[in-house]
Amino acid sequence: MRDDLVLRVVGRLLIPAILLFALYVQFHGDFGPGGGFQAGVMAAAGIIFYSLIHGLVATRRIVPDWVVETMVAAGVLIYASVGLAGILLGGHYLDYSVLSSDPIHGQHRGIFWVEVGVAVTVCGVMLKIYYMFASRGGAED
Amino acid sequence: MALAQHLPALQVILPLISAPLAILFRRAGPAFLIVTAAAWLSFAIAIALFLQVDASGLISYPMGNWQPPWGIEYRLDRLNSFMLVLVSGMAAIVLPYARGSIEREIPHESHYMFYAMLGLCLTGLLGIVITGDAFNLFVFLEVSSLSTYVLIAMGRDRRALTAAYQYLIMGSIGATFIVIGIGFLYLMTGTLNLADMVPRVAVIESSRPGLAALAFISVGVSLKVALFPLHQWLPNAYTYAPSSVSAFLAATATKVALYALIRFYFTVFGDNFVFGKLPLPEFMLILSLFAMLFANAIAIFQDNLKRLFAYSSVGQIGYITLGLSFDSVHGVGASIMHLFNHGVAKGAIFLLIGGAVARMTTRQAAPPAPTFERIAGLSKAMPLTCFGVVLGGLSLIGVPGTAGFVSKWYLVLAAMEKGQWWLVGAILVSSLLAVAYVWRFVEAAYFRAPPAGRETGKEAPFALLIPGWLLILATLWFGLDTSFTAGAALDAAQQLVHSGN
Repeated sequence: MRDDLVLRVVGRLLIPAILLFALYVQFHGDFGPGGGFQAGVMAAAGIIFYSLIHGLVATRRIVPDWVVETMVAAGVLIYASVGLAGILLGGHYLDYSVLSSDPIHGQHRGIFWVEVGVAVTVCGVMLKIYYMFASRGGAED
Repeated sequence: MALAQHLPALQVILPLISAPLAILFRRAGPAFLIVTAAAWLSFAIAIALFLQVDASGLISYPMGNWQPPWGIEYRLDRLNSFMLVLVSGMAAIVLPYARGSIEREIPHESHYMFYAMLGLCLTGLLGIVITGDAFNLFVFLEVSSLSTYVLIAMGRDRRALTAAYQYLIMGSIGATFIVIGIGFLYLMTGTLNLADMVPRVAVIESSRPGLAALAFISVGVSLKVALFPLHQWLPNAYTYAPSSVSAFLAATATKVALYALIRFYFTVFGDNFVFGKLPLPEFMLILSLFAMLFANAIAIFQDNLKRLFAYSSVGQIGYITLGLSFDSVHGVGASIMHLFNHGVAKGAIFLLIGGAVARMTTRQAAPPAPTFERIAGLSKAMPLTCFGVVLGGLSLIGVPGTAGFVSKWYLVLAAMEKGQWWLVGAILVSSLLAVAYVWRFVEAAYFRAPPAGRETGKEAPFALLIPGWLLILATLWFGLDTSFTAGAALDAAQQLVHSGN
């Protein structure tokens, strides 16, 4: 669908907005509806939208497979490391209160990084599933 | 910072972290090292926790410092500290074996995925055992199940895919039933903490939602246990999975599901209710007898060794549920003992068969199925492998001097305590069936001539032989020195049976 002018223009306008909105949902998740899962899905949706217009090959140049796989693993690792940080700082596993001198601030910091981990993994998994389905049957464009 | 205090969390976290790390490296070598190190560390932690529980009784660990019953609690008593040793110990033995074994079973580029999945599977199984939270239990159940489906599907035989798919469907139904049951319990008690549930369940257990919860959980967990007649997924899954996966699953997966069954029946609902007021012991008794007699009989007629021993697993699970249905210290103790003893023996047998298959595999070709035709006269080429399988088989039969004898002895003792002499006969008959299928192996491997055209092979590779033989030696050891298995199991049963709920 690369030749479709309308789609290309709309995509060019919308994709940055989608990605930006994903970030908004990510960081505003503490105060309102949203959070890592939704943000991750939105970011992946933006990339999948790009892929629908420009094809899988072009998308794989921007977000290669190894990046996707790394994202899947890295998110879990970020989440788990927040927990381990709790142990290293003298609390229990996943105890956010010890992450800062002020327990409330610590809770905030903890959930922030946990949500980052969730977003990274969810985005990676969505893309991985999409790649796997899209690359079947040799329809590579 | 006292690290010892965090051992319950680290028990699960180390394998959990090892899995994404293995994927980040994207290479077989580092992935193997990381996951194996995590498995060994978690084995060491399990032993430390077992000793700690032995010395001081209950251990409770609040996740995220949210005190139970609000937060997720990891709770260790005699039963699950014993189970942790089994699960992590099997992982520690199977992982070094897997390195040599998957070489010809799985394409090299997905080896790191295999290790990551094994790490996740271990995480899930350990999590089910250690957690004291009903929903957390379900989550870990899914972690272990999903990774198990992938592991089975990695088998080289194309039928591995259908086996994994079959297990996926059955496993998902089971998991759904379990979560519905837990949902009912949460609805009625307002808590997810298993220990906190106990007094609240006692009030509502006779109500309709309470009974529905019990029914859903019973069926759901029984699917994962592969209790006859819900065992249909098991033979295919064990037959077509990679050898190391067959061994690991046979030794741990159904055992952990049995642990969940014991936990729900004896701790949450209380055996006075489940076995005293409901007709469940009769049901369990009948199903166990069917498993012991039918599954063992079906095993005799199998042509594929792996499938034979898979059916034998279904039969052996019958002994375990039979012990539970007695609802006595000796009966439940025998069940817990048999969990361990059968896990070790069956794990050893699958490891040894895998070793033989690896030797029979020619380069690049798919591993051949270990049929009786192929293993004819195998003892000349692989004396150690065959002798090991026979010793493991003796433990399945329950010959004195092997671990299987000890648990069967307590089972017979429990049957006699109940005055059910005919059950002693049933146990004897099913043991005779076990003799029959083990004898089929002996006959084929020792007394038949090797098929013409097969070059006189060599012994299985040592890297595959040693883990199998370690478990065989453990089987013999626990057959002679029962202080660890019988001691822990009877203690755990003491805590569980008639604990006043």
